[in-house]
Amino acid sequence: MFDIIIIGAGPAGLTAAIYARRAEKTVLVLEAKSYGGQIINTPDIENYPVCPHISGFDFATGLYEQTKALGAEFVFEKAVDIINGEKIKEVVTEKGKYQGKTIIIATGSENRKLGVDGEDRLIGRGISYCATCDGAFYRKKTVAVVGGGNTALEDALYLSDIAEKVYLIHRRDTFRGEEATIKRLKEKTNVEFVLNSTVTSLNAEKRLTSIEVKDKDGKVTQLFVNGLFVAVGRIPETQNFGKTVNLDESGYVVAGENCITNADGIFVAGDNRVKSVRQLVTATADGAIAATEAVKYINQF
Amino acid sequence: MAVIKVGKENFESEVLNSEKPVLVDFNANWCGPCKMLKPILDEVAEERSDVKIVSINIDDEDELAEDYSVYSIPCLVLFKNGAEAKRSVGLIPKAEVENFINE
Ligand SMILES: Cc1cc2nc3c(=O)[nH]c(=O)nc-3n(C[C@H](O)[C@H](O)[C@H](O)COP(=O)(O)OP(=O)(O)OC[C@H]3O[C@@H](n4cnc5c(N)ncnc54)[C@H](O)[C@@H]3O)c2cc1C
Repeated sequence: MFDIIIIGAGPAGLTAAIYARRAEKTVLVLEAKSYGGQIINTPDIENYPVCPHISGFDFATGLYEQTKALGAEFVFEKAVDIINGEKIKEVVTEKGKYQGKTIIIATGSENRKLGVDGEDRLIGRGISYCATCDGAFYRKKTVAVVGGGNTALEDALYLSDIAEKVYLIHRRDTFRGEEATIKRLKEKTNVEFVLNSTVTSLNAEKRLTSIEVKDKDGKVTQLFVNGLFVAVGRIPETQNFGKTVNLDESGYVVAGENCITNADGIFVAGDNRVKSVRQLVTATADGAIAATEAVKYINQF
Repeated sequence: MAVIKVGKENFESEVLNSEKPVLVDFNANWCGPCKMLKPILDEVAEERSDVKIVSINIDDEDELAEDYSVYSIPCLVLFKNGAEAKRSVGLIPKAEVENFINE
């Protein structure tokens, strides 16, 4: 049995592991994919204290190595359920079961899909969720970005320097993003705003060739695009834990800054928690707090 | 066997004319998820002799990337008898790489 089982090896989970190991608790980290979480997708982080520039890969690898050196154990399996016993808690994975005295859920979030037919099949064939990752493939091509928040605006701006033409599709006529970015976008001659519109279908042969958008009056327009960048937000990866801990209506785990959930001995850390700023610093801060609270919980017995 | 670096000049001999199935990893130096996938593929390559694993840098080999319609990386394409059998886009864990080759 482990003192602490951490689900998710992103910045929050790995930082929790550091604090837990330094408090001399045994730690198992369960990870569905690969260590690092979302941040591995970004080529340059510029807002983490002390690091004016670091790639997401280097950040993740440094954090992982620090955690390993402190003696945390890693198992690469996806957690599918929690059995919340009073003294012994179990995390069920796709392959096995692991027992712990406490659990920290640090599963982060994943890209929200558009939900249009053919989307999954076209990922990597014209559909992308990451402009900084895949933008380079669309040099001098026509692309569309769909979404209305900061990510969509920044993606459109980034792509406008690479692609021939960028459509920015949004279902409302106002954006939720920063004014400065909107202003810069409006100054770009190759960016066209397609407002009050939603993407209704994807047309493809071997790859995406065009999309159809419908405006609020029901008028359908076909846009010929080589790529569609989906930036309609993220959803917390908490589906498997909703019967164990309270979630809000969007699926985020309900807990305050102390990272304590409604379930005794179960803590939450990172982007999957109800909060207003989802960044590395807040994720790592949660990791430290959740681990410290877990240690306190264990030590009271 | 180690992962072999492949380019336009040896794509035909190493991939299309291969007796064994070939797992092609399209990647780039600036792509974080590709770098995470690399050690996983190295391991699988060392462990298995029934499949050849090759790596293609899309910045050096943009024609190959274009020919095979690669528009997101990492992108794994499994070739059997000189033709694409299937593909997988994005970082996947080792068990899924193995399933991808097996199924
Ligand atoms: C493209 C991009 C650029 C960004 N740039 C910046 C930036 O410059 N500065 C900044 O501060 N922030 C940035 N962020 C945000 C930052 O990456 C997140 O705030 C941070 O990664 C959250 O950490 P986390 O550990 O809570 O979650 P995540 O990073 O999402 O990690 C969660 C981990 O849990 C794993 N997991 C999920 N479900 C399960 C399960 N059931 N079982 C086992 N494992 C599971 C996932 O595979 C993942 O590895 C960026 C995000 C993106 C997408």
